[in-house]
Amino acid sequence: MTARRRGLARAGRLYLAAVLLFLYVPIVVMAVMSFNASQLYRLPVDWTFTWYLRLAGNDKLISAGLNSVWVAVVTTAIATVLGTAASLAFFRYDFRGKRLLQLLLFPPIAIPWLIIGTAMLVFFFWIGVGRGLHAMVLGHVALALPYVIIVVTARLRSFDPHLEEAARSLGASPWQATRRVTLPWLAPGMVAAALFAFAVSFDQFVISYFLSEPGVSTLPVEIYTAIRKGFTPEINAVSTIVILVSMALLLGVARFYRFAGER
Amino acid sequence: MPSAAAEAPRVSRVHLRAIAGLTGPAYVWLALTVFLPLSAMFYFSFLSDVPFGKRVAVLTLENYAAFFEKAFYRTLMLRSFRLGAEVTFYCFLFGFPCAYLLAKTVKGRWREALFLLVILPFWSNALVRIFSWTMVLRGNGVLERLVNWLVPDYGPLNLMFTYPAIVVGLVHSYLPYMILTCYISLEAIDDSLIEAARSLGARRLTVLRRLVLPLALPGILAGAILIFVPVVGSFMEPRILGGRAGTFIGTIIEDQFTAVFNWPLGAALSFLMLGFVLLILLVALPLVRRAT
Repeated sequence: MTARRRGLARAGRLYLAAVLLFLYVPIVVMAVMSFNASQLYRLPVDWTFTWYLRLAGNDKLISAGLNSVWVAVVTTAIATVLGTAASLAFFRYDFRGKRLLQLLLFPPIAIPWLIIGTAMLVFFFWIGVGRGLHAMVLGHVALALPYVIIVVTARLRSFDPHLEEAARSLGASPWQATRRVTLPWLAPGMVAAALFAFAVSFDQFVISYFLSEPGVSTLPVEIYTAIRKGFTPEINAVSTIVILVSMALLLGVARFYRFAGER
Repeated sequence: MPSAAAEAPRVSRVHLRAIAGLTGPAYVWLALTVFLPLSAMFYFSFLSDVPFGKRVAVLTLENYAAFFEKAFYRTLMLRSFRLGAEVTFYCFLFGFPCAYLLAKTVKGRWREALFLLVILPFWSNALVRIFSWTMVLRGNGVLERLVNWLVPDYGPLNLMFTYPAIVVGLVHSYLPYMILTCYISLEAIDDSLIEAARSLGARRLTVLRRLVLPLALPGILAGAILIFVPVVGSFMEPRILGGRAGTFIGTIIEDQFTAVFNWPLGAALSFLMLGFVLLILLVALPLVRRAT
């Protein structure tokens, strides 16, 4: 019986390792290829830094990268503030229509981005907002808001509302109570939410693709164009950098937000 | 989300103002960027042309009729739904055991570390991950090398621009969703329930079928919806990995907006797709619930 159980445990570990291997193979391959001198990705690898050096001189990719960062930073700031405010209202008050407002957070997550992206394109064109980085910010905030509200609400769930009451009864104004008691306590949740929002925006391709103007695009849109046109190995180099940035962000989130439940 | 009905303060006029001030900005934003655009697109789907400039647009059902008249669109819609179903199935098949092992056999710090490892790739750019598969699946690529190393003289193996390539790429993209949602519901199952069932003589498979699967169902369903819906509407993955074999309803819709510029038809196809997705969810979910 114990021998059989040990066998099962070993099989389980092997299985987990296999799934992880499947998840990481393409990422590792991409990173390795970014150091491969062969343009046709010939194996074995002929190690070189050429593509990273070329990247430094590729103005198109660099400006797209800067656009990505700009859009993501603005999106993060707006989404975190608006989302935290809405979460506070949901936490403090019980009102008619609250369930509806909470349900309305799901369409931006659940409707395929293709449909939301094209709808934004149609509407923004119609009312004269047009395309470009400002349109992308409009769209990215909408996508990030539900995540921010969910993450901040999760943090608020373990907040004791009596703390606010105590501050009030000791003479603090509602604003003071919020700023000195609630927000400091919320800070880790807000940092996690902000990192979420940044990642949602930084990695967003579909919405940006439909809202990009010719000549002004973000990194994912530029990468897509390069892939469709017949790619250059510089794309591997920039993709490797993008992946590293995104993963660093998640590790940042993990510091502030417990993913795997209670320890 | 909390429903602290008992503890929440009574709603007065002052509170109403606070509620409106706190939730207003977020929801006005959502209205302007999601709900109004969707309504506008719904309206466009009934127009003969886009109402820009001097163009004359009249109300029509033509765009919807086009879908039902041309077998081409129907075939592609079915193809997209088949792709969605297959990808969802594979994600469940490979993801559920993984979530179970993580939630029930791994403990402590290891669990947290492995869990992070599972969702880490999910955090990287979807486009970039799909692109990296092209280097694995292409002729003389990593997969061909690996197979020939395992089975000497296997010969060339090129999966690029085939249906399986699209499935592999999409399963890779969406597998962490299923692992995540299943993990959350599996973690909530009390271990002593499983021990009790075992000690009462239930076999492992019986425990799985009668206890674990039904209790994990909400997580499985949430994962399935989160995967099925976007996969049906995918266009970038089929384009990169499928090439000529990658024509789906999603790519046709994209074409209407970026290449053909027939926005009303694209809008109608989008809403038909959304309608069919909702229909399938409405029919399938109660059936699955009853079956377990």
